[in-house]
Amino acid sequence: MSDEKMTASVVDNAAQHGSEGEVAFDLAARTGGTTEGLAPLELTPEVQQMIEEGGVLRLPEENDLDPRQSEVRFGAGETMIINLGPQHPSTHGVLRIMLELEGETVLRSKPIIGYLHTGMEKTAEELTYVQGTTNVTRMDYLSPISNELVFCLAVERLLEVEIPPRAIWIRMLMAELNRICSHVTWAATNGMDLASTTMMIFGFRERDLILSFFEKTAGLRMNTNYIRPGGVAADLPDGWEDDVEVMMDTIESRLNDYDELLTGQPIFRERTEGVGVLGPDLALALSATGPLLRASGVAYDIRRAEPYLAYDEVDFDVIVGSVGDTFDRYAVRMNEIRESIRIVRQVLERMPSGDYRVQDAKVTPPPRGRIDESMEALIHHFKLYTRGFEPPEGEVYVAVESPRGELGCYLVSDGSNKPYRMHMRAPSFVNLQSVPALLRGGLMADAIAVLSSVDPVLGEVDR
Amino acid sequence: MIPDTSLAERGLEIALITDAPLTFSRGQAVVHPSRESYFDTVAKFKGANYVTCSDLCAVDYLSAKTARPLPEGVRPERFEVVTSLLCLEKMRRIRIRVQVPESDLTIATLFSLYPGTENMEREVFDLFGITFVGHPDMTRILMPPDWEGHPLRKDYAVGRVPVQFRDAPGPR
Repeated sequence: MSDEKMTASVVDNAAQHGSEGEVAFDLAARTGGTTEGLAPLELTPEVQQMIEEGGVLRLPEENDLDPRQSEVRFGAGETMIINLGPQHPSTHGVLRIMLELEGETVLRSKPIIGYLHTGMEKTAEELTYVQGTTNVTRMDYLSPISNELVFCLAVERLLEVEIPPRAIWIRMLMAELNRICSHVTWAATNGMDLASTTMMIFGFRERDLILSFFEKTAGLRMNTNYIRPGGVAADLPDGWEDDVEVMMDTIESRLNDYDELLTGQPIFRERTEGVGVLGPDLALALSATGPLLRASGVAYDIRRAEPYLAYDEVDFDVIVGSVGDTFDRYAVRMNEIRESIRIVRQVLERMPSGDYRVQDAKVTPPPRGRIDESMEALIHHFKLYTRGFEPPEGEVYVAVESPRGELGCYLVSDGSNKPYRMHMRAPSFVNLQSVPALLRGGLMADAIAVLSSVDPVLGEVDR
Repeated sequence: MIPDTSLAERGLEIALITDAPLTFSRGQAVVHPSRESYFDTVAKFKGANYVTCSDLCAVDYLSAKTARPLPEGVRPERFEVVTSLLCLEKMRRIRIRVQVPESDLTIATLFSLYPGTENMEREVFDLFGITFVGHPDMTRILMPPDWEGHPLRKDYAVGRVPVQFRDAPGPR
């Protein structure tokens, strides 16, 4: 079946089921606040359409939780609401989706989150800037480096500290390795969702290569806490060039195996092509970023759009899709692995020598050897780990391209040694809003493929 | 993040869109509209090709050690809603900070301009208790639906109630 034909039939479905079984939109009941002195609320036809056809099921989440309370009556023309999750292998964690079904067709849906909420933004207000990286690294557990990176970039911007070139390039190397690692893990779980168990084994095998390198470099496989304000925690280990080179060669050749296993595989293509199409306008309106947005044809990659680190000095392509379906999102990620390998190879060639962290005793600890010789170094070390540093008053928003999209950090300092407020703009959290729009009009069986292609990491969604 | 434009040029660019007070924080442009003109200001930016709303959050300034510098005519209030918009064409970001008084915790929703703010506004409602008037689904998102209090407020202590389950007798 061709793309166009498939897409057209999905749209027809949506139009057919558009106005059936709507839950009345009662504005007054939902908003308790006063409207005095505020701009009058207008429900233009477009807004009304967005509310009704955006596909979000607006029901309280307590509904239909207790099976004893629901009456099973199902006749022609009636819809049924069922829960997918919170404990379902395809939800990659604890995500619950309420699906409104008519037969096999999904009408509206509502992702329900919060099962993993641990208040990490609140915790961040209790930790000093030096301790902060240990907290943020646990948000998106598949790309800890991106989390640390965006936090450190925000802190450095508050401090207005310049970091040495070697630190910049080490950060870039680690960030790209992390992107490869995250994308192969996605390929693994996506393969499992589509019943390709071999892909799962392959993906985790490749991931382990990179995690072993992380362990060698940072001491930890996940939640590395490797990037710190002012640079990185330690220099790269001896012989890292050989490790990285072997790793890149291995993964590059194995990408060809993936192509053989999935890309050209008729069953995989049938299940992904034309499924869950997201147009560029809707994707932008829903604030989608990352591979989800790029698969829809919008070439927004922060590495290119507003280069941080040294991304303006390396050569790479921004991968975009054309249709915006599940297959495009797969293809975008697979090709991004190739682009990341390209970047890593350039980093290998051009890694500058020098310090791996800024030599500013107020921001980074003194070298271990100095502590035995110098009283001052000991004091700096002690002060840094007990009190930390105090960035001047101000607020910044810094964004980086994480494997899942725009990862932003809004950091407010009131001049003390702890962030006054740290907000993470989590790409998974925002991208999850696109799920109802993607599912609408599709089949229940496709819901798994679509959800997997959005790649939410629930640790980051709930924070 | 955008070093190639000087601040003066950037200021002129923004002055064409809105006359709300403009400041720069570490080189990033921030406008401070009043709560009443918040929606219109954002609508103007949307008209000026700021196609997507990248972030929306809030800050509770109850216990800040230093008074934050605000432009003249903007009275500091306890809460602040911070919105970041993004123009892809010219790659510009703008941050909009709006003061929300404790006595009337309401502000207009951006849902009709940017449907992508739906979850972000629900998060702010959940964690700060600020109601977005006109939002289609103003319910808690991260905390359980029957939770009391708004955790990210500064007067909400850390670890006061370790776990709160539905139907469990709580200390409050």
